Amino acid sequence: MYYFGLINEYLKNYIKSRLTYRADFWVEVVSDLLFQATNFIFILVIFMHTDSLGGWNQNEVVFVYGFFMVPFGIFSCFVNLWGFSERYITKGEMDRVLTRPAHNLFQILLENIDPPSLFGSLIGLVIMGISGANLGLPFEWWTIPALIVLSLSAVAIYTGIYTTLTSLSFYSDAPTGILPLMYNIQTYGRYPVTIYNRAIQVLLTWVIPFAFVGVYPAALFLQRDEMKGMALLTPAVGAVFLAIGLLAWNYGVKRYKGAGS
Amino acid sequence: MSDKLETAVSSSAGGSSAGGPQESSRRLLMGAYLDFIRIRFLTMLAYRVNYYSGILIYSLNIGVNYFTWMAIYGKGESLGGFSATQMTSYVAVSWMARAFYFNNLDREISTDIRDGSIAIQFIRPYNYVLVKMMQGLGEGIFRFMLFMIPGMAIAMLLFPVQLPTELSAWVGFLVMLFFSFLINSQINVITGLSAFFVENNEGMMRMKRVVVDLFSGLVVPISLFPGWLSSILNFLPFQAITYLPGSVFTGRVQGVGIWNVLGVQVFWFLVLLIPIIWLNHAARQRLFVQGG
Repeated sequence: MYYFGLINEYLKNYIKSRLTYRADFWVEVVSDLLFQATNFIFILVIFMHTDSLGGWNQNEVVFVYGFFMVPFGIFSCFVNLWGFSERYITKGEMDRVLTRPAHNLFQILLENIDPPSLFGSLIGLVIMGISGANLGLPFEWWTIPALIVLSLSAVAIYTGIYTTLTSLSFYSDAPTGILPLMYNIQTYGRYPVTIYNRAIQVLLTWVIPFAFVGVYPAALFLQRDEMKGMALLTPAVGAVFLAIGLLAWNYGVKRYKGAGS
Repeated sequence: MSDKLETAVSSSAGGSSAGGPQESSRRLLMGAYLDFIRIRFLTMLAYRVNYYSGILIYSLNIGVNYFTWMAIYGKGESLGGFSATQMTSYVAVSWMARAFYFNNLDREISTDIRDGSIAIQFIRPYNYVLVKMMQGLGEGIFRFMLFMIPGMAIAMLLFPVQLPTELSAWVGFLVMLFFSFLINSQINVITGLSAFFVENNEGMMRMKRVVVDLFSGLVVPISLFPGWLSSILNFLPFQAITYLPGSVFTGRVQGVGIWNVLGVQVFWFLVLLIPIIWLNHAARQRLFVQGG
């Protein structure tokens, strides 16, 4: 209950500060979508020259892309750890966070909340709707619940991976450049993993499981039987990686000594 | 560096009588510009660890594109005038060219404008835009030696990239690469200076990045775009950054065509000078410093 109250307060603050710079909000929404559009245009152009990408047709690839946008939008809205090392460790903001009663990660996430990203999720849903209709996908009783569960599991995977990597900044203050690396790897999850070679497939499935934020769960709705098992595994993978992330984070905070400034 | 600059100031202040002092002050200023290149290079060198992961990222990007294109080619015909091998080389070369020409001049300039430090820079006896270009060049030289060349070596190990064997192709490519750098930096400078007029140009900078990546032919070679779009892009400067040099290097454009490509690059380099000079002039009239 206490935490819900906090969410409410932080959101109010966010809206107040944002209403001062209304134009910025829309600029951010549009430029976010533009970033996503690059890859979308890539898909569209590709399918002007072929009708199958590793056995998947245009509507299927576009559907996967649409699904990918949904959890990614939710994740970018609520888990924005970009620049954590500079802002919280180097500048010492972490000390301020730690003196307060609420859980530190919770505070940090709320301080960096980014609702414009949710527009991406919305567009993703629209894309799924359109390409799903083109494919004549059936709308079952379980479609919506499955979509919610799989999206949240994918968000858990993202959160787990990124909190694990961000907690590295508790041990070393050198910028590692590993986060941008992850941002690039995750784009692999948008395409049917079967087009990659074996090593990359294993990497994307078991080591940094970005295939579980895009193509595997989307395959459930696309009725692709070869990936159905993987799709059903998504919540389990999400739980495991979220647990790793939180453990790594809490352990890191315990070891944190402050930047000394 | 700073003592040289001071000499440049004092000599230009007192040196109106004869040609001699003026001449030497100009030489000192040239030296200062060269120092900007050197210092940026050394700064980058201090942070070189950041670029090791950059090499990995670029190899990954090449990988995604490579596997996707190979899944499309399958049967081995050609797409938009690219054979499968040419496409592989094109993807590798254009990402590695980006490793060289990419810089954050737009962000640096708009930060200078927003935190007001540009006021100090404007009263110094040098040309602010030129200094930024020099710093960009220093970064470029660093990126060329410690990012692009090792990255290219790794890309060649991982993917079947075919590089040209004749010397002329290499010389031509290096010249074009330099123009890619110039044109990209000019676009960055224009985007950065726009902060004078819109206060918050974050959105513009992001849009510029998407537009450059997409329309320069980095993500998709321009000849694969639908006809109407590629004919529009032929009239825009972006193709001169990636697509045209990449086409020459992968051997799709040969002979006289190479001179045409170079001509297009020189043309855009000159054309883009106009808005920069105008913006730089207009900015001085408009400058007001918030806070500070």
